[in-house]
Amino acid sequence: VAMSIACEEVLQELSNYIDDEISPELREGIEQHLSWCRNCTITLDGTRNVLRLICDQRAFELPEGLSKRLYSKLQRHLAVQAR
Amino acid sequence: MEKVSGGFYWIDREVDGLDSPAAGGSMASPATELYVSEATLLERVRQGDCEAFYDLVHPCERGIFLAALAVLNNEADAEEVVQEAILKAFKNLARFRQQAKFSTWLTQITINEALMRVRRDRKHLFESLDEGRDSDNGVYAPREFPDWREIPSSALQRKELRQALLRALTSLPPKLKIVLVLRDIQSLSTAETAASLNITEATVKTRLLRARLQMRDALAPQFDGRWSRVRPKA
Repeated sequence: VAMSIACEEVLQELSNYIDDEISPELREGIEQHLSWCRNCTITLDGTRNVLRLICDQRAFELPEGLSKRLYSKLQRHLAVQAR
Repeated sequence: MEKVSGGFYWIDREVDGLDSPAAGGSMASPATELYVSEATLLERVRQGDCEAFYDLVHPCERGIFLAALAVLNNEADAEEVVQEAILKAFKNLARFRQQAKFSTWLTQITINEALMRVRRDRKHLFESLDEGRDSDNGVYAPREFPDWREIPSSALQRKELRQALLRALTSLPPKLKIVLVLRDIQSLSTAETAASLNITEATVKTRLLRARLQMRDALAPQFDGRWSRVRPKA
């Protein structure tokens, strides 16, 4: 029988649940809670959605030409060292 | 060049040309692709192939830039700090013992450089990232958004969503923002994040939970299908 868990504990463990860093018993308890608790399910789904977005390479644009400027700076530094 | 799993690097100097594919480059032709291990690249640098150092650094650019931005909140400062960190890493490469991944080591250097700049330039505004007294020890209560609708990844093509994400990220307190960047954007482990910030793993977990929930809260009110700042009246 899965342990009975309150919303507060589900929220406290939400990150660990997403990262799969909890015991099988706690996971089972959380999943049972999620099966009927709409608020926690909405919070979990929204958080996962945001994580999926920010993991995407397109989410945060680097300043235009950053790679090129970093490479040029490194080349200049190496050229000075080589003298 | 992209970093791939297991410490191997996908080298494509021809396409890199200096602009990463993410910055608008095209995909590599198979003939120019080559997988090289981090150890091999490091060995090449030690033997004098300085180009190999750029191959090591290039896949880390996004992560270290966002880490610097998380501390400094200013793109120009973040870029300068990233430049300084890369040069510092190059100068100190002999000290890198490969007990950590190169990207983790470079991230630690970047964060240290960024913190030094904050202390130097904005001493009065400096907020330490270490344990200190956390005001975030209590249980965070996320706001309820019963009408949260899934935002598809394809929506990232829209500038307004990318701007909303950046606004949400920059709105986080520095302590939370840097943990989110290291764990969820740069994919460092909890232990690596803790070591990079000189905090405990338990603190990393507490801050990560709060950061994730606050990111969700920051994005949801803007989600009206257009991610505008103001929600239209029903």
